[in-house]
Amino acid sequence: MTRLKISVQAADFDLAAEYAAIATQPGIGGIGCFIGQVRAGSDLISLTLEHYPGMTEKALHAIAHQASQRWPLHAITIIHRIGTLTIGQPIVLVLAAAAHRHAALSATQFLIDWLKTDAPFWKQERFSDGGSHWVEARQSDQQARQAWDIPLG
Amino acid sequence: MITVLYFAWVRDRVGTDAETLALPAGVTTLGALLTHLASLSPRHANALARPELLRAAVNQLFARPETPIAPGDEIAIFPPLTGG
Repeated sequence: MTRLKISVQAADFDLAAEYAAIATQPGIGGIGCFIGQVRAGSDLISLTLEHYPGMTEKALHAIAHQASQRWPLHAITIIHRIGTLTIGQPIVLVLAAAAHRHAALSATQFLIDWLKTDAPFWKQERFSDGGSHWVEARQSDQQARQAWDIPLG
Repeated sequence: MITVLYFAWVRDRVGTDAETLALPAGVTTLGALLTHLASLSPRHANALARPELLRAAVNQLFARPETPIAPGDEIAIFPPLTGG
């Protein structure tokens, strides 16, 4: 049984608290962690993250379910922020805990790869000249997600 | 009646984030609905002009042009996803 925590929130997350919440569970030998943050770019001031309330949570649960089917995971944590975030601020936290490192690390990468293409979030960039721009989806993100569809043998 | 939700630049172009409308006779798929919506106003036409740039969900599940729709459904139209 995989312990699941999924949250879509404006507030920042507390990495130490999220780690502590799963690390004490029996049987865990490794925890994979990914944090995505706002990357500095030319004249970028902030990112505003929008989502589809209701569907986002369902999509994240479906992605977590996929991961728990593929690897023996003790815990999955996905926290994704919404609203306006400035350069260097965290956007997303993914934790995956398992008995061994392979499952923990692979599941962490799987979760963020699938989140990119299967969870309804959109980013709008704001620039110092007052302009704004909706970020376009990357083909490489789609390819990263599809790479997980290849049978592993 | 159906509810149509728009997100990100699709919402900006249509000029509203949600609308409720009657499903016209003969419109039974998502693809047919997109064609109908594009006929509602110049803003709709502009937002929906290039279906290949759009993604959609029916009742909060990803959908394709051939996905059936029926009265009571919640349909969302949005650009490709850019979270994470």
